Amino acid sequence: MITEKTITDFIYREADLLDTMQWQAWLDLFHPEGRYWMPLEWQQQDPVLQPSLMYEDLLLLKVRVERLAGERTFSQKPKSRCHHLLQAPLIVTCEPAAGMFKARTSYIYTETRGDVLERFSGWASHDLVQVGDALKIRLKRVDLVNFDAPFGNIQLFM
Amino acid sequence: MDRYRNNAFALGELVRDAEVHRDVYVDPEIFDLEMEHLFPNSWIYVGHASQLAKPGDFITANIGRQPVLASRHTDGSIHVFYNRCPHKGVKIASEPCGNTGKFFRCPYHAWSFKTDGSLLAIPLKKGYEGTGFGDARANEGLSRVRNVVVHRDFIFAQLNDNGVSFENYFGESLSTIDNMVDRSPEGKLAVVAAPIRYMHTCNWKMLVENQTDTCHPMVAHESSAGTAVKVWKREQGDSTETPMAVQLYGPFMSPYEFYEQSGIRIWPNGHGHTGVANSIHSNYSDIEGYLGQMVAAYGETRAHEILGEVRHNTVYFPNIMVKGAVQILRNFIPVAVDKTLVESWVYRLVGAPDKLYERALMYNRFINAPTSIVGHDDLEMYERAQEGLKSNGNQWVNLQRLHEAGEQADVTAVINGTSERQMRNQFHAWAKFMTIDMDKRVEAAE
Repeated sequence: MITEKTITDFIYREADLLDTMQWQAWLDLFHPEGRYWMPLEWQQQDPVLQPSLMYEDLLLLKVRVERLAGERTFSQKPKSRCHHLLQAPLIVTCEPAAGMFKARTSYIYTETRGDVLERFSGWASHDLVQVGDALKIRLKRVDLVNFDAPFGNIQLFM
Repeated sequence: MDRYRNNAFALGELVRDAEVHRDVYVDPEIFDLEMEHLFPNSWIYVGHASQLAKPGDFITANIGRQPVLASRHTDGSIHVFYNRCPHKGVKIASEPCGNTGKFFRCPYHAWSFKTDGSLLAIPLKKGYEGTGFGDARANEGLSRVRNVVVHRDFIFAQLNDNGVSFENYFGESLSTIDNMVDRSPEGKLAVVAAPIRYMHTCNWKMLVENQTDTCHPMVAHESSAGTAVKVWKREQGDSTETPMAVQLYGPFMSPYEFYEQSGIRIWPNGHGHTGVANSIHSNYSDIEGYLGQMVAAYGETRAHEILGEVRHNTVYFPNIMVKGAVQILRNFIPVAVDKTLVESWVYRLVGAPDKLYERALMYNRFINAPTSIVGHDDLEMYERAQEGLKSNGNQWVNLQRLHEAGEQADVTAVINGTSERQMRNQFHAWAKFMTIDMDKRVEAAE
């Protein structure tokens, strides 16, 4: 039975997998039709006909993960590391009967590489579905508070 | 130390036939001179007329480091001003775009200006009576940029009054913008969203050079495009249809021979483009309904002629790149000698299927975003160059690939697509527009 605690535990575990760079285990959290979305507009509705920073399916996420380990991935020499500081997730929907689970989590995200450290603030919205006994990500939406600012490289996942 | 100020000779020495001195990328004085000479002497992209659809609409931009403001006046005309109140210098508009209504109003002392820039009103005007204010510079209203040309809705401005005319400056290179506009069945483009912005810690010229650098994709982008191709091969299973994403990434891995035959065209004044015969944009899937719309609008022959022109990157010297076949414009905005803000705009082809806009947006976020893996590959190279050029071991950057003795500048030519001649073309224009007003200024000072 999926409870609110199951959802929060899932979100904490996801952040931990990213922080410990267990990329494959992170990808395994996604539903085959899952998406990772970083909008470029305030309260954006459409990921396809409005510009986004990222809107990627599992194939594209696999490309990213595989690229991170590539022998000729020079932007990862030296490698990036990341740190997620999460507020307790706000459960938006927890309806086991309908198979709908949604949460919104405020975060501070740090990405560092070499001597450079960048910090970002925003909200992660998880749209989860039940597959067997487990939850899978149908949509992870990452809204930066300053989505419209010009950033340098963001190479890992918020 | 002023090594280069008012020294056209020293500046000219930085650009050799097939080499440039590293100072053009790393010396802050050179950057200052670019802002004082090169940018004011050139025609700079300000924005798109669709962003100024209604009277009172405005956009803000930078020409070099100069903040400007463009507005649509009540009579429909477009004006460009320096974005400062003639009173105390406060910026009149601080947002990227908006509508000001019937007039601009300075937030500090409520001086107001018509949308053609002329002074409308000053509170407590009697305080200026008998002061000779009628002759003051401030009485003229917002300082206007006089040289503004709107070419098929693309707004360009030149700050210096006695520069090269728009037509002479761009010449035939405007054909890329024309082709991009013609790709709309209604002959019209529209900006409907903000650009993707990406901060680069490198000199702006590195980005511009990279637009026609056809010997780097298969090397620098092996990590991104190469991995995309590899993962797709492994994962595709029985799928016979290549996803749009893979169609966009894949051609980056084309071999040298592909780029060699596709060709480069150079034009006078530093403009030029890759992808003459064909390009990495040639083999995208047809989008249902689009060809029919184009044929209905232009006729069979003309429609095929428009769509058959699939130029890769067109550099409009000094600092924009236009990709007609994917409806993208990248603006390389200089911030400091080692800092460049890149704003990548997507235009919607008015009247064309949504799918074309979807593809252009996808391309833009794949290639031009701070979250783009192709962008990560490139920025890494620029940053390393910005660092490496500090080395005194060799102070010259080599641009010699396919250089020929007696190569002429300011000509139109189609050449081998792996030539670095377009980069040489840019630096010839760079030296010209850096110094074109310099000798005059020295004479005036004497």
